[in-house]
Amino acid sequence: MKYLKQLSIILSASCAGELLKHFLPLPVPASIYGLVLMLVLLITKAVKIEQVDVIGTVLVEIMPVMFIPAGVGLMTALGTLEHMMIPVLVITIGVTFLVMAVTGKMTDLVITLQEAGSKKTRKDILKEAGIKSDIRKESRANARGGAGKCMI
Amino acid sequence: MHDMSSIMTDSATIGVVISLIMYGFGVWLRDKTRIDAFNPLLISIVSVIAFLELFRVDYSEFEKSGKYLSYLLTPATVALAIPLYKQLNLLKKHFAAILIGVMSGVLTSMGSVLLLAMLFGLDHKSYVTLLPKSITTSIGMGISQQYGGCVSITAAVIIITGIVGNMIAVVWCRLLRIKSPIARGLAVGTASHAIGTAKAMAMGEVEGAMSSLAIVVSGLLTVILASFFVMLY
Repeated sequence: MKYLKQLSIILSASCAGELLKHFLPLPVPASIYGLVLMLVLLITKAVKIEQVDVIGTVLVEIMPVMFIPAGVGLMTALGTLEHMMIPVLVITIGVTFLVMAVTGKMTDLVITLQEAGSKKTRKDILKEAGIKSDIRKESRANARGGAGKCMI
Repeated sequence: MHDMSSIMTDSATIGVVISLIMYGFGVWLRDKTRIDAFNPLLISIVSVIAFLELFRVDYSEFEKSGKYLSYLLTPATVALAIPLYKQLNLLKKHFAAILIGVMSGVLTSMGSVLLLAMLFGLDHKSYVTLLPKSITTSIGMGISQQYGGCVSITAAVIIITGIVGNMIAVVWCRLLRIKSPIARGLAVGTASHAIGTAKAMAMGEVEGAMSSLAIVVSGLLTVILASFFVMLY
């Protein structure tokens, strides 16, 4: 019953998100209402993390394959796209590189400034940077090995 | 009688199974070649399209069973709250960095779509269609619809954005020397929403959580700012 309960909680939060969407018709999708609701439930401890952890992790792990049908749907939009293919591709691909670069660099900058601003000794900052570079190595290893686990 | 189309419409699972097999093939190909461009999601989408073309199956016939694969998309998005919650302390500690970082990404996204639309001389409808390209499909399609864009093309562009982000995430972050895992996660999520987040999850726990957070924050900021951007061109 443990897993059924976990699934029920997550589905209920999804359903509540859909109801919120129905009554608060902002251009915000039901899933985002549901996500925010679930986060509030976890923060207020109305739902404990152990009550959703297993099924939640499974759902997050199999998420990539859920986009396959929508992606295959591209074959129906290809006809309409044809006459503006080049500008659309340039914008779509170019802007993605740009946004990733600006967001990453900007966040890095703010974090660095904050760390320099707080009363840390140089040693502390170096120490933290050392830890970070370890995390980086680790996450690189994860990216290699962990990605394979996304397969069901 | 026994052509592929009738088999497709008679089965409730075949679309799902074909998709899973093609995804498995994509994972196998990536692991075998170790080339990041062989993205399992991209490979599976292209392979399924090729399969359908080969057997002359309509998309609607595939979708009849294939759609069940997407049934859990809302619960899966809701479940993204779990990695977010686990990183709550990090979120609190870096609140300013997160808000400034994502805001800069959202402004870059819409600002550069605006500039490029002007440069290519696109009409207003195409501009609105492309405007929400960096955010999650459901919010983006909503914005496109609201301001008179072409919703199916918006969906296509959002998916392509996601796949590009998913493919480039590891290499591009390394090339740019983005130091903090927080910054890497936010960058991937802001640029390429849930599809990119799937890769961020594999990059690390912090990256995954920050990327899911970025989907929410960038989606909401885009909703607010889009009303202003549509008036500009």
